[in-house]
Amino acid sequence: MTTATALLYGLGGALLAGMALYRLVTAADWLRRIVAVNVLAVGVASILIATAYRGPAAPADPVPHAFVLTGIVVLVSTSAVALALIRLLHARDENHHDSR
Amino acid sequence: MIPADPALAQWPAALVLGPVLAAVAAFIWPRAGAVVGLGASAATLAGALALALQIHDSGPIRTVPGGWDAPLGIAMYADGLAALLLVMTAGVGTAVALATAGAGPRQGTFFWPLWLLLLGGLNGLYLAADAFNLYITLEIVGLAAVGLTALSGTPESVRAALTYLLAGLMGSLLFLLGVALLYSAHGRVDFAGLATATAAGPAVSAALVAMLVGLALKTAIVPLHVWLPAAHANATPPASALLSALVIKGSLYAAMRLWLAVFDPAAALGTLMGLLGAGAIVWGSVQALRAPRLKLVVAYSTLAQVGLILLAFAVAGDDAAAVAWRGAVYLMLAHAVAKAAMFLAVGRIVAAVGHDDLDRLAEARVRPGPAQFAFALAAVSLIGLPPSGGFVGKWLLLEGSIAAGTWPWAAVIAAATLLSAAYMTRVLAQFFRTDGVPGGEIVRPGWTRADAVPLALALAALGLGIAAAGPLALLAPVPASGVTP
Repeated sequence: MTTATALLYGLGGALLAGMALYRLVTAADWLRRIVAVNVLAVGVASILIATAYRGPAAPADPVPHAFVLTGIVVLVSTSAVALALIRLLHARDENHHDSR
Repeated sequence: MIPADPALAQWPAALVLGPVLAAVAAFIWPRAGAVVGLGASAATLAGALALALQIHDSGPIRTVPGGWDAPLGIAMYADGLAALLLVMTAGVGTAVALATAGAGPRQGTFFWPLWLLLLGGLNGLYLAADAFNLYITLEIVGLAAVGLTALSGTPESVRAALTYLLAGLMGSLLFLLGVALLYSAHGRVDFAGLATATAAGPAVSAALVAMLVGLALKTAIVPLHVWLPAAHANATPPASALLSALVIKGSLYAAMRLWLAVFDPAAALGTLMGLLGAGAIVWGSVQALRAPRLKLVVAYSTLAQVGLILLAFAVAGDDAAAVAWRGAVYLMLAHAVAKAAMFLAVGRIVAAVGHDDLDRLAEARVRPGPAQFAFALAAVSLIGLPPSGGFVGKWLLLEGSIAAGTWPWAAVIAAATLLSAAYMTRVLAQFFRTDGVPGGEIVRPGWTRADAVPLALALAALGLGIAAAGPLALLAPVPASGVTP
């Protein structure tokens, strides 16, 4: 990896984050929004990983990697909560339609 | 005052660990939920008060749990500002927990684990000494808050919880982006190191903007507020009280801490924050004036109150800003106590009347006097009439903005007071009207134990104005360079 690739990762992450933000605001259904949030997280993680680059001689900085790992744990659990809420919502809506 | 034993010196960590362990216990033994929840809340309140006393006597406390210091370990830092918010959280939370325990088991078994998780998360947030810890604790608080929103189980509340979850997630990812940019610029994220690092540049400015936008989403600062009214108006009364009184304050505190201790923002950005605050005051108040439901009025008033607190960001000049910040913190405190009282009182009113349709309140045959009284007392503090805590906060904010020579903000504060008086009067007028009651027969239920908590909280909001010297003494060194951990 060189400085140029680190920059590429950073810019790629920013691009991903930007596209995800756009989709998150414009998407109409819940599942798409959750996917958008996941893409946003990947974008932010890419930027974080790119900041770990410390030149060709030195090893990568482990602290941003630890940040990304923690971020992944958070993302998995929040995505799970969001999916559980969607299931709950579907169950409630179906009950609602049945009672009519 | 400081214990000699290094292990004992780390006791503030128990304020985070205790509630989280209690949350696990309450989840495993749902039957013991109320006992565990009340016990842990009261113990946390005692701990927070002890911490506040210790800080009052011997200054800020910095602890490094496990002996691991920055940059690898996670340090905790408590000053007067943090201690005050810890006491506020545990105090209001214990009161809401008492009201919930009194209401019986129908509140659902999940209330207790969620509330205790929220308590642990907020305590961790107030004690955080680095930006990444802020991100983690914000996420814990966000998840617990989403759970509380969905607690009533109605389709509306689940939908509101989903919107809230995604908005919160978007906010925390933007915050994380800010942390990443900050780390790339300085190579560290602890407040103490960041405050001394002087290398300002585009990355640091971008980090500040990303973090502020993320926190604005979580704090529901207009125009990033769209998730709040539905979330706060469809939750159960105790959940609404916790969400509006405490959860909003967490992200607001994070913004305040970063603004004061880490960044050295340009005056123009402060003015922009002030303008956003003014916009929030107008939008929140107008929506509160138009809202068809009682709970919605109370929810929209939160937007306006947060806008008022934002005005402190706009006050420049060291001495003037110090006064304005104390006002802003006091407004946070007063809003927490008064808004919790108001949501609990609204819960009592809805339970008695059977609906919260504002236009039909005048036709209600049942008039729950004690709850309406508690609502009115809480309204006194939210409007900012003397001698309430809201009045003291507004007065300090006004004093700060006049001392800084920025008169327009003083006018905005005056307008905010007028607007809040208008939308509160809109509700109070419905309490007094009896001309719509068919047959003219009015039932006035007497006092019950369930009215005690909202009334006590409303009285506490008034008391905050009378006994303002104690809490303000704790804030005395804020922010005259005393906030730097």
